[in-house]
Amino acid sequence: MSNNNAVGSLAVAQKAVKQLRLEASVRRIKVSQAAMDLRNFCLQNATKDPLLMGVPSGDNPFRPPKSCTIF
Amino acid sequence: MGEMEQLRKEAESLKDQITAARKAVADATLPDTVSSTAVVGRVQLKTRKTLRGHLAKIYAMHWATDAKLCVSASQDGKLIVWDTLTTNKVNAIPLKSSWVMTCAYAPSGNMVACGGLDNMCSIYNLKGKDGNVKVMRELAAHTGYLSCCRFLSDSEIITSSGDCTCLLWDIETGTQKTTFAGHLGDCMSLAVPGDFKTFVSGACDFTAKLWDIRDSNCTHTFSGHESDVNAIAFFPNGNAVITGSDDATCKLFDLRSDQELITYQDSSIMCGVTSIAPSLSGRLILAGYDDFNVNIWDSLKAERVGVLAGHDNRVSCIGVSTDGMACCTGSWDSFLPSFSFKGQDNVMRLCKQNKQQYL
Repeated sequence: MSNNNAVGSLAVAQKAVKQLRLEASVRRIKVSQAAMDLRNFCLQNATKDPLLMGVPSGDNPFRPPKSCTIF
Repeated sequence: MGEMEQLRKEAESLKDQITAARKAVADATLPDTVSSTAVVGRVQLKTRKTLRGHLAKIYAMHWATDAKLCVSASQDGKLIVWDTLTTNKVNAIPLKSSWVMTCAYAPSGNMVACGGLDNMCSIYNLKGKDGNVKVMRELAAHTGYLSCCRFLSDSEIITSSGDCTCLLWDIETGTQKTTFAGHLGDCMSLAVPGDFKTFVSGACDFTAKLWDIRDSNCTHTFSGHESDVNAIAFFPNGNAVITGSDDATCKLFDLRSDQELITYQDSSIMCGVTSIAPSLSGRLILAGYDDFNVNIWDSLKAERVGVLAGHDNRVSCIGVSTDGMACCTGSWDSFLPSFSFKGQDNVMRLCKQNKQQYL
């Protein structure tokens, strides 16, 4: 019976364990802080968010001008 | 086989450790944190411009950083660069392969890229000396379809592929610099944050992964979706990612606390999410679905606060401009007979906020 499969599976398993060790070691902050930061970012930037707040027609580059004059 | 069993046990133990570590920092929930915040008012976006010119389904679009130009890719075998303010076509680039699935605009505005079933990422120089747009590089190494690509600069681009890997390329030499391997299914989408130091990928193994670009390590794997993750984007502050999946939900994963904070779902929504984009502040999440509707979610309250205009706007891709002014959708109306090019088929629509909303 060939040893290659066994060696291959071992390598895969070793890689998986190495990856899990790395992911287990990351630093994590508290969800309360993370959630608060998200909320604050949204609220602080709300007025700058055109899709949320709308912009006056004059400032809207996509809106056609109300009138035009042809000479 | 002692070592295999040992490794299996260690893997299980590490997975339990990660679960426990996530739970240990879960001292609150997002819904609780925003319980006193009001839901945003109904969002109504009005179509302001229609970009006509593609002759077949638009698969992808990407805004330029100037928030005026954008590029779209269609299976009519063309990349079109649009001036969204005038609706003029700045460039119409014929492609060698019409089976295109993705396109990207370089931050500098000098190049665009695309790829698809040809397994390659083709880079086009928009600012060539003689004014003609030519293929600059053909990046070939993936053994599966190109699902997404994003420029880091004029010299580097990241690609995601159906071969389950992502690659970082040196555009100048046309060679791969780094391989990001780890996903157990086709990589469907990728997103790069403002600092260009990391990127996230969504895949058919139901996970999203955060990668360090320089050392090629995957530092976080986010599970929770019950099917393929088709779409992924960074929350504007760079600390969270939003994903869209075939399981009909979108999720928000926080990077610093390493866990899911909320799911955007509704029992009436039963089809997969194909595209996703946050508004400038992150408060709105625009998500395109397989039924070609776009739902607009309040990202904090996880409530649906709008849809994009009705039956004539069947969406295949979506993008919010870098200044947050407009959302562009690529659409494909299947009700029109295929022999007729009249009417509103295969168009890109730019939508803008219709009226003042109160928070």
